[in-house]
Amino acid sequence: MLEAILLTVITAATPLVIAALGELVTERSGVLNLGVEGMMIMGAVVAFVATQTTGSPYIGVVAGITAGAAFSLLFGFLTLTLVANQVATGLALTILGLGLSGQIGESYVGQPGIKLQPINIPILGDIPFLGPLLFRQDLIFYLSIALVIGIHWFLFRSRTGLKMRAIGDNHSSAHALGINVIRTRYLAVMFGGACSGLAGAQLSLVYTPQWVENMAAGRGWIALALVVFASWRPLRVLAGGYLFGAVTIGQLHAQAFGIGIPSQFLSALPYVATIVVLIIISHNRRTTLINTPASLGKPFVPER
Amino acid sequence: MKKLIIALAATAALLGGITGGAQAQDKTKICFIYVGSKTDGGWTQAHDIGRQALQEHFGDKIETPFLENVPEGPDAERAIERMARSGCAMVFTTSFGFMDATVKVAQKFPDVKFEHATGFKAAENLATYNSRFYEGRYIQGQIAAKMSKKGVAGYIASFPIPEVVMGINAFLLGAQSVNPDFELKVVWANTWFDPGKEADAAKALIDQGVDILTQHTDTTAPMQVAAERGILAFGQASDMIAAGPNTQLTAIVDTWGAYYIKRVQALLDGNWKSEQIWDGLKDGILTMAPYTNMPDDVKAMAEETEAKIKSGELHPFTGPVNKQDGTQWLAEGEKADDGALLGMNFYVEGVDDKLPQ
Repeated sequence: MLEAILLTVITAATPLVIAALGELVTERSGVLNLGVEGMMIMGAVVAFVATQTTGSPYIGVVAGITAGAAFSLLFGFLTLTLVANQVATGLALTILGLGLSGQIGESYVGQPGIKLQPINIPILGDIPFLGPLLFRQDLIFYLSIALVIGIHWFLFRSRTGLKMRAIGDNHSSAHALGINVIRTRYLAVMFGGACSGLAGAQLSLVYTPQWVENMAAGRGWIALALVVFASWRPLRVLAGGYLFGAVTIGQLHAQAFGIGIPSQFLSALPYVATIVVLIIISHNRRTTLINTPASLGKPFVPER
Repeated sequence: MKKLIIALAATAALLGGITGGAQAQDKTKICFIYVGSKTDGGWTQAHDIGRQALQEHFGDKIETPFLENVPEGPDAERAIERMARSGCAMVFTTSFGFMDATVKVAQKFPDVKFEHATGFKAAENLATYNSRFYEGRYIQGQIAAKMSKKGVAGYIASFPIPEVVMGINAFLLGAQSVNPDFELKVVWANTWFDPGKEADAAKALIDQGVDILTQHTDTTAPMQVAAERGILAFGQASDMIAAGPNTQLTAIVDTWGAYYIKRVQALLDGNWKSEQIWDGLKDGILTMAPYTNMPDDVKAMAEETEAKIKSGELHPFTGPVNKQDGTQWLAEGEKADDGALLGMNFYVEGVDDKLPQ
């Protein structure tokens, strides 16, 4: 029973964690991309279409990642090269993504999809309880864990990560030091797009292997909130994503169990939990400020 | 960049103008407002299939423009007004949330006929129409009681409004007519449309031991989960057999086409009048998808019940029926009237859940 619940939690939390990690990197470089929902849905539709066309969900995963990254490039061009307002452009990206994905996927609605099958890791997969939970999962779950560790290492242990954080904190100083602000930000935006695309692919290939319009249903926005919730730290994104997933799934089980608490309250719980944690975090202003990228959302025009 | 945008906008306007201008004058315009996309695989798609049936039936005599993805609220009023202004003889607004907007626009355009789905506010030129979905759910309940080995089914509900509560009660009464001890577990997803959440609710119910699933949400995700876990399920709004060829027992299929044809015929004949219509299985506004994945005797029972409901011999809400707290609601032989059904805000006896109020 517990194992079954936890398996559901993992499936629900994985897309949130992946999309939030991507956005975290983008924001650490000082760019606020509110288009996560749009990039996610583009990843979902392209992954689904590619899978249906080729018959291979692995090609679907690659296609989803590529679609997310390519779509984010549009955002990059508008905000970094043309220096458009990041908030407005991000919102526009979401709206465009929702419309465009509906158009692309129109003839695919209702088609039974092909599920990305779990990969059983020998020996580890046979460990009781933990084995089925952690070592008999699909590729995207393994990638999500690898991303958490990789991004943590990149941000806080690598030289390039340090430079990127410097850009996010003060782009003018970084520029004066000879760091290429625009190029780094382009890469960070594309990385964020790729992660959103991967999260979208998880939705249409693992979570519910099908395509329907607007199937992300707000998960992109939750991922955005998670980044703030985690105060821009990858390990906290992992914890926050799983907390959110656990509360969401837990309330469904509580209902099915007939616990007798009003369902509206239970449905609101994940959001209430988010607010509570935000209050606790913001209580300590200094640590919040240390982690917040100081140049977040500010346009950068290099002086000549 | 700015030039490009202007060029694009101009092109779009031009294209719009061309398609708009090409409409012949002598055709009667029958217009539709959709809340979702016409390929949502559920509610709106069912309405669009109805629109296509209408177009096919009348051929060149009518045209049927529609607006998709119209949000409920202030935008709806503008969309409906735009339709009315463009020369529509009749406008179907196909979501509950369009009610007040439709009422307002209907006042401004007394010569245009309006029809609002699932609402309760009517006017001289505004009719309402709805479908007795609960008739189909009663049949599903009977099938569930026959097919379930554990005697407990799971119900994925959307919002605690009378429409949904009515469906839950009808399902359980159907099941209890076969097995008086039948139990029903309800999970409120608090959404009409979120494949992921619907799938999670399905998994939760299955993990809690139900072996039959039914849903009052719009996507095929629960059907897919049921198929994966090897249990049986019922489809909703559209035939969902493609998502579970070995899983779907039957589905309630909204077939609005028959209704649309009837009403447009009345309009063309000049005898349309405002009515509050609540049709059911016998009128063809609601049909059952083929009974599949069940033995012949269960199928025969389902068909018999369907025939009895159509003939009026059987009303799903016939006493004796007790409320969840054990007090009597309907006495022996008493039938619930439509008013009681449309305002239903309580469970009948046997639901393993507390109704959110």
